[in-house]
Amino acid sequence: MSTIRGRSLLTLSDLTRADLVEVLDAAESFVEVNRRSVKKVPALRGRVVASLFYEESTRTRLSFETAAKRLSADVLSLAVASSSVKKGESLRDTIATIEALGIDAVVLRHRASGAAEQVARYVPDVRVINAGDGQHQHPSQGLLDAFTVRQVLAERQGARGSETGSELFAGLHVLIVGDIRHSRVARSDIDAYAALGAEIRVVAPPTLLPPGIETWPVKVVDRLDDTLEWADIVSLLRLQHERGTGRFVPSLAEFTATFGLTVERLARVRPGALIMHPGPINRGVELDAAVADAPAAVITRQVANGVPIRMAVLFLTIAGNREDVS
Amino acid sequence: MTVLIRGGLVVGRQAGVADVLVADGQVREVGPSLSARGATVIDAEGCWVGPAFVDIHTHLREPGNEDAETIESGARAGAVGGYGALVAMPNTEPALDSVAAVRFVLEVGRRAVIDIAAAASITVGRRGQDLTAMAELTELGVRLFTDDGAAVRDPAVLRRALAYARPLGVRIAEHAEDPDLVGDGVMNEGVWSGRLGLTGRPAVAELVTVLRDIELARETGGSLHILHVSTASALAAILRARREGVDVTTEVTPHHLTLDESACASFDANVKVNPPLRTAADVAALQQALRDGEIDAVATDHAPHAPETKDQAFDEAPAGVLGLEHAASLTLAALGGPDSDPQRFFDLLSRRPAALAGLRGPRCPQGLGQHGGWVEPGDEAHLVVFNPLRSWVVDRAALQSRARNTPYHGREMTGRAVATIISGHVVARDGEMV
Repeated sequence: MSTIRGRSLLTLSDLTRADLVEVLDAAESFVEVNRRSVKKVPALRGRVVASLFYEESTRTRLSFETAAKRLSADVLSLAVASSSVKKGESLRDTIATIEALGIDAVVLRHRASGAAEQVARYVPDVRVINAGDGQHQHPSQGLLDAFTVRQVLAERQGARGSETGSELFAGLHVLIVGDIRHSRVARSDIDAYAALGAEIRVVAPPTLLPPGIETWPVKVVDRLDDTLEWADIVSLLRLQHERGTGRFVPSLAEFTATFGLTVERLARVRPGALIMHPGPINRGVELDAAVADAPAAVITRQVANGVPIRMAVLFLTIAGNREDVS
Repeated sequence: MTVLIRGGLVVGRQAGVADVLVADGQVREVGPSLSARGATVIDAEGCWVGPAFVDIHTHLREPGNEDAETIESGARAGAVGGYGALVAMPNTEPALDSVAAVRFVLEVGRRAVIDIAAAASITVGRRGQDLTAMAELTELGVRLFTDDGAAVRDPAVLRRALAYARPLGVRIAEHAEDPDLVGDGVMNEGVWSGRLGLTGRPAVAELVTVLRDIELARETGGSLHILHVSTASALAAILRARREGVDVTTEVTPHHLTLDESACASFDANVKVNPPLRTAADVAALQQALRDGEIDAVATDHAPHAPETKDQAFDEAPAGVLGLEHAASLTLAALGGPDSDPQRFFDLLSRRPAALAGLRGPRCPQGLGQHGGWVEPGDEAHLVVFNPLRSWVVDRAALQSRARNTPYHGREMTGRAVATIISGHVVARDGEMV
């Protein structure tokens, strides 16, 4: 029984390995659509997707809206900054307004953890796609990170990702570095990698680890230098110092010195290991500028995969029937 | 009005099945097979008959937030919940920090269906700096002083309050959470806050404030009350201090006895409360202490909020849940259900809170009744008939409170106040006002 088709996507924490593989496989078929000269399929023709971003976002918003258009859906994009939301309209009233316009799905980005769950309660007949809620979850980012890993590793074997299912994740060493505590990406990534069978380590100063991390399917390592050689994947998280999370470490310079992926540390990473970052990058904080541009870094690949993964998410949650892909 | 309560288990100095005859606002007679012409008869077979409940921790929101609750509506919520008296908390707007403000609440309360007493704030404007006129307020009938909503941040101010209050015979009640440690936390810090990406309020914030307050009470000889204790560690510290002779009392809320932090996974702000819902182990420790008789009172921390304010994202909504209308059912559940000891039940919900609020004995404030008695002839008739087997379902639309923020909507409860009698009058029956 699939838990993604025809349902809201609020979190990755309740998806099974089979669900995840299904999304990755669907995304792979959409990669091909994106390579065509006419990059459009009629899968969601006549459907309406509302895009509601309460937080600034460039890549997530653009890729969701592009994905919806390539599936032939109509996109209702609510620019929160210039709408009545600015005048103090409640989330419930805003959602009621756009629901009245007849929408099939809403893509929601909000600064509050749980906002997507809340909206899903308000509009039970609309599919809600969580495009990032506070420090809770960012499901489509977790999916695209897993997708990128499978895509790159499959290519090395001369295979298509879909031919490999989840087998490339079995025992794969994923190292997540940095501000796990405040990161919705980390939560979604860990849910995805764990369900797919990877081995996960996290490394961060204790002040940037979430409470209860001992119950997560990860091993906590104190020092980056002790675990660099172990990793097949090094996934760096953004230190959101603009939101004050920089106060959890004495200084950005000290963070970089102890947990940053410097050129020197890159040299010690296993050959073939992948360097990932969800963006936007603080060059010189989580990683040296040169590291971001190193061949091991698949950061631009992650961005490119944003559209197909979001096509898969929209398609499966709204249409729910994969045979419609043509 | 004459009322005959027939065939209930009368929970007095001893518990035994008897009839209770009420007339002229007093308990007239307790015994077998009583009769009275023209009396309103309440069939109490299978029910417990005891003193009406007393809540020492009710937010009535008046003055200042009458869209959430008024003294009148809060009193109705109390009446259907089996309460005969409520202590209004002082975090209103303006705060109950002056004789005039307290007098206002007491005067409005005189027209309410049950007795309304008032707590006053420890400091002017609850700003944590200057002490309120505690001696004058005591004269007016205030027995509890609290800046509830937050702890008194400055230990020098709290120390002064404890010392000043000692000869007045009044108690300083603390919302024991260190404000710096809780920061902008919205739920218990732990496994669930980590998963949900919500900022936590750590248990240690309660413990450090409780430890600080205990030492100040020990040193000053003042009387301390810890409001809504929520963690096993803070509770253990309180019980230890009490054994050592510190004058410290405490209360637990129905929600901390029956819900744990996992409820926050719904992101429903109706489970957002301060102190936050804690771990299952904390809940178990509170329940155990309740059954062992180590808790002084069950107090509701009834905290009404207007619906639109609770209908926000979890971290934006105000903290607080409703309590009065299901507190007795939840207390029964926490004690172990219908087979629980009815004496303990009435101790927790009526006798000991009545004593803490000064609503029993010679220091009872003028204009307020004597509560928490033994159901004996000559007593003022503030009584509740509680059916420990009655099942009912919480329906937020059916609440007497003006607010709707109950975390128990749709939940089946066992045990209910089937009649509330105030000054000899039946004011509520089966969840409805008479």
